[in-house]
Amino acid sequence: MSKVRVLAGTRKGAFILTSDGKREKWDVSGPHFAGWEMYHLKGSPVDPDRLYASQSSGWFGQLIQRSNDGGQTWAPVGNKFVYDGVPGTHQWYDGTPHPWEFKRVWHLEPSLTDPDTVYAGVEDAALFRSTDGGGNWEELSGLRGHGSGPAWAPGAGGMCLHTVLLDPADPNRMFIAISAAGAFRSADAGKTWQPINKGLKSEYIPDPDAEVGHCVHRIAQHRARPNVLFMQKHWDVMRSDDAGDSWHEVSGNLPTDFGFVIDVHAHEPETIYVIPIKSDSEHFPPDGKLRVYRSRTGGNEWEALGNGLPQSDCYVNVLREAMAVDSLDSCGIYFGTTGGQVYASADAGDTWAPIVRDLPPVMSVEVQTLP
Amino acid sequence: MRIRVAIPAHLRTLARVSGEVELQVDGPVTVSSVLDALEARFPVLEGTIRDHVTRQRRPFLRFFACAEDLSLQPPDTPLPEAVVAGKEPFFIIGAIAGG
Repeated sequence: MSKVRVLAGTRKGAFILTSDGKREKWDVSGPHFAGWEMYHLKGSPVDPDRLYASQSSGWFGQLIQRSNDGGQTWAPVGNKFVYDGVPGTHQWYDGTPHPWEFKRVWHLEPSLTDPDTVYAGVEDAALFRSTDGGGNWEELSGLRGHGSGPAWAPGAGGMCLHTVLLDPADPNRMFIAISAAGAFRSADAGKTWQPINKGLKSEYIPDPDAEVGHCVHRIAQHRARPNVLFMQKHWDVMRSDDAGDSWHEVSGNLPTDFGFVIDVHAHEPETIYVIPIKSDSEHFPPDGKLRVYRSRTGGNEWEALGNGLPQSDCYVNVLREAMAVDSLDSCGIYFGTTGGQVYASADAGDTWAPIVRDLPPVMSVEVQTLP
Repeated sequence: MRIRVAIPAHLRTLARVSGEVELQVDGPVTVSSVLDALEARFPVLEGTIRDHVTRQRRPFLRFFACAEDLSLQPPDTPLPEAVVAGKEPFFIIGAIAGG
């Protein structure tokens, strides 16, 4: 019978949650790296026991940990993230130029074909790649060198590169997203990049239709349709049917179009999930009701899913890395909250139950479907 | 010289040691040479105490010895004789900040 392994990164360590295909009873392992901020953990698609984890601390900086046995044991690998050449400046919150400074790794994306190749999205925004299992990191500096870098600015969480999507149909094509610069696409395995933000409108920048400057919170893609992208932006849920060449809004009847996460059902490319969050600055669910919203039409028409989720007095947030789906026949949906809960639905969102409810604030959730 | 170094708990976990670390330091005993020896013995600590490139002390760490704060001294300043003699440890301290 298949199993699932949920990798939860929290503000004070990592937790590994495992269950069989029923997803009713869970074993909890952790905290791993207790006391450290675990921004993201992710497993290799070609070797599920190869895991990578981003471990960071305001005191001690960044480490990368690697496991070859599904998270039972870990070993630190390379943590030297050095920008290529003279890093230059980006915009600071007040609009003044600010030097590029490495702070942390937000996202680790293992290659679809090689367990030793892994990409790292970092703050201040840049993309790094390792081809030796995390031992050494090299910046793919064509992204930062695109020319628009001086106009990029940090969002409230920092100027982070948080989304890395590898095209399953074209090994040379990849997508990334940066808060607050926008989305970018490469057609040559990361050597050169172009911004793909046409159709995005952001009232918090001088030109709402600008080529860059948009605070993209997350992008999701279905493996079977890599040209279709879904985006949760800092306000607006967006869709592209042409690999990002153009975007149109699909917020439809959502109670608020602000949020952080977005994901796609494993078997239904037109079924997508978001968690609306009230903003500006409140950053908790509307009316104190934690609800996932599902669209079975690729956007615009949304239904609220709250069965099993708290429907009163709930004021948690769900951060951008904190939703994932498994690929079992009945698609499982998972998300973690800043209140320390990790919720799971084994029936595509119809009903929910907490796997755990008292972890430190959850920063990221990934799930692996295991044979 | 055998130098005693006290490092924060999280770095002891990374280095897989308990208690103080004893290091052999050849030549002048300075903040810089002690950290070089520490990182040579425990490569996992590279980047956790000082920046990989600039070699600057990370801002939330301090260096103490013999009841003195040595954090702002030039890194090549000789450490106190009691540290050189192994009578006193060189402390790497994490700032008391945040939760």
